[in-house]
Amino acid sequence: MNTLLRTRAATTLLLSVALVAAIVMLGLGDYPMSVPQVVRALVDPSTGFDHTVVVEWRLPRVVSALLVGACLGVSGAIFQSLTANPLGSPDVIGFSTGAYTGALIAMTVLGLGLGGATVGAIVGGLGTAAIVYVLAFRQGVLGFRLVVVGVGVTAMMSALNTWLLMRAQLEVALGAAIWGAGSFSLTNATDAWVLGGTLLLATATLRAVAPSLRQLELGDDTSRAHGVRVEPARLALLVIGVVLVAVPTALVGPIAFIALAAPQVAARITRSAGLPLIASAAVGALVLVLADGVAQHALPGGVPVGTVTVVIGGCYLVWLLAAETRRR
Amino acid sequence: MSALAAAAAVSIAVGAETLSVQRVIEALSGASDDPTATTIVRESRVPRTVAAILVGAGLAVAGAVIQAMTRNPLADPGILGVSAGSAFAVALGVGFLGVSGTLGTLPFAFAGALVTAVAVFAIGGSGTSSARLVLAGVAFGAVLAGITRAIVLSDPKAFNTMRAWNAGSLEGRGWEHAAPVIAFVLLGLAMAMAITPSLNATALGDDTARALGARLLRTRVVSLLSITLLAGSATAVAGPIVFVGLMIPHAARALVGLDQRWIIGVSAVLGPVLVLASDILGRIALPNGELPVGVVTAFLGAPVLIAIVRRRQVVSL
Repeated sequence: MNTLLRTRAATTLLLSVALVAAIVMLGLGDYPMSVPQVVRALVDPSTGFDHTVVVEWRLPRVVSALLVGACLGVSGAIFQSLTANPLGSPDVIGFSTGAYTGALIAMTVLGLGLGGATVGAIVGGLGTAAIVYVLAFRQGVLGFRLVVVGVGVTAMMSALNTWLLMRAQLEVALGAAIWGAGSFSLTNATDAWVLGGTLLLATATLRAVAPSLRQLELGDDTSRAHGVRVEPARLALLVIGVVLVAVPTALVGPIAFIALAAPQVAARITRSAGLPLIASAAVGALVLVLADGVAQHALPGGVPVGTVTVVIGGCYLVWLLAAETRRR
Repeated sequence: MSALAAAAAVSIAVGAETLSVQRVIEALSGASDDPTATTIVRESRVPRTVAAILVGAGLAVAGAVIQAMTRNPLADPGILGVSAGSAFAVALGVGFLGVSGTLGTLPFAFAGALVTAVAVFAIGGSGTSSARLVLAGVAFGAVLAGITRAIVLSDPKAFNTMRAWNAGSLEGRGWEHAAPVIAFVLLGLAMAMAITPSLNATALGDDTARALGARLLRTRVVSLLSITLLAGSATAVAGPIVFVGLMIPHAARALVGLDQRWIIGVSAVLGPVLVLASDILGRIALPNGELPVGVVTAFLGAPVLIAIVRRRQVVSL
């Protein structure tokens, strides 16, 4: 019971920190505002200009960052649970790069618009993840082999992406390139609503299947003995995990390493046995809001948030490896 | 050797401006009366070919030395982040200290390569698990490449200098890029050749090597310096290019067996062949413009990486 309480308290704390960070971010910019000012502007439309700045200009971006971070965090927790592997996150297994390849083919080869690009991103991401998984499979999927195969396929896909970009016409290529860097600079209120809807739908479905996720972590045989229908449960979880990474990727482009790091960080903070879904969402949201803040305000213009998360996530990986080496 | 000669000849003969073989030979021998052809061949294609040979030899031999030293079949200056570290240091130099030209950036390329190599070996722990070393290198490379991109994107001047270079390209490489590194590549090759007997001994394991009289520390230091010179020079000329150092030593081992003297010698020949072929492929892969050579090598090399991890239980070499 004690651990459960601790998990709940830590999760609540993480969610509140993410919210506070978001409110602080709402106050930053060319027109700086204090926290009370932001809160007043949020709830009171009669504040005029303040209201416009906060609600119409800054809110969509900050909310999108929160939601994308949450989606990626949950998706990472699902994938890492399913593969029983802290490295089995969608960005490592080539999902993001493959999604970009799919979107590029839809945009530059088939000449489709944004809707087609979204479908292309989902198909491309799924296809790539499947290829990586199959290539890494040899009497089970070994953690490190999965990653190395992921690195190889990702390298190939990015080479393919460069080729697709360079043979496309300049205007199409430019739009695709902005998307490919992973940035919130073009997000609007519609994106935020779509993301919110996705997360809500996924959470509702997850509530139904989350208990079987916990059972699956114990192994197929145990969960079968406990009355879980293993394959349908796994498939349902897989679909939710894919949707949670595909929709954000289609809207804002590939954002690396959040899905990898957030669940592990959340598990360490809450000290829960499995990978905590809500805490992963909170950590993902917090990290991405801060990363977007850094990309927007701390660095000179033009650095996409995807670049910032790569640096954060890479440092996390280096730290993880260094800690493991020390332990030996 | 003849493959290298053929690839070099094709590299000189093929390009955006179509020239007949006869006119190329005329231009080379100085018998041509067409000044445009002479300029294209002598000022653009020949130095580019020389640059490709230097880059290919540097990366392939650096890869062979890293694989021998770490006994790790997955080692490659690109995968282990050494090239990314080199590029990162160059970006620092260009962005904040305003250096320019190959001579100015070379010290940064060397320093970056050396520091990254030491850091990756320290974290990845050579010998424990070959995949862990790869993971450490990839993580390090991702961080450094990310910071490099941030520097480049936030400084328009640096962006301009680094744009083509960062993709790993040989486009527009002239004598001013290739000439300064010739001496360093030769020195690195000489150092690599000098330690081949010790590398042969270390392939048997540290203890056996010590018993055979190999001086481990000296071998490691010389290996590291040689890798630094070779990978740093290659990066300074063409930017980060991955997988050449992975593929070529494996091909060389398949051809000549396990003697490091032969592996390194054959790598020094096959590396340039691969880079030249990739560069030629990149020149004709697009209807207009050209594909950076690093993109072509990534596309060709990634399947090799996957095949290697699939084929063996990832164990020490």
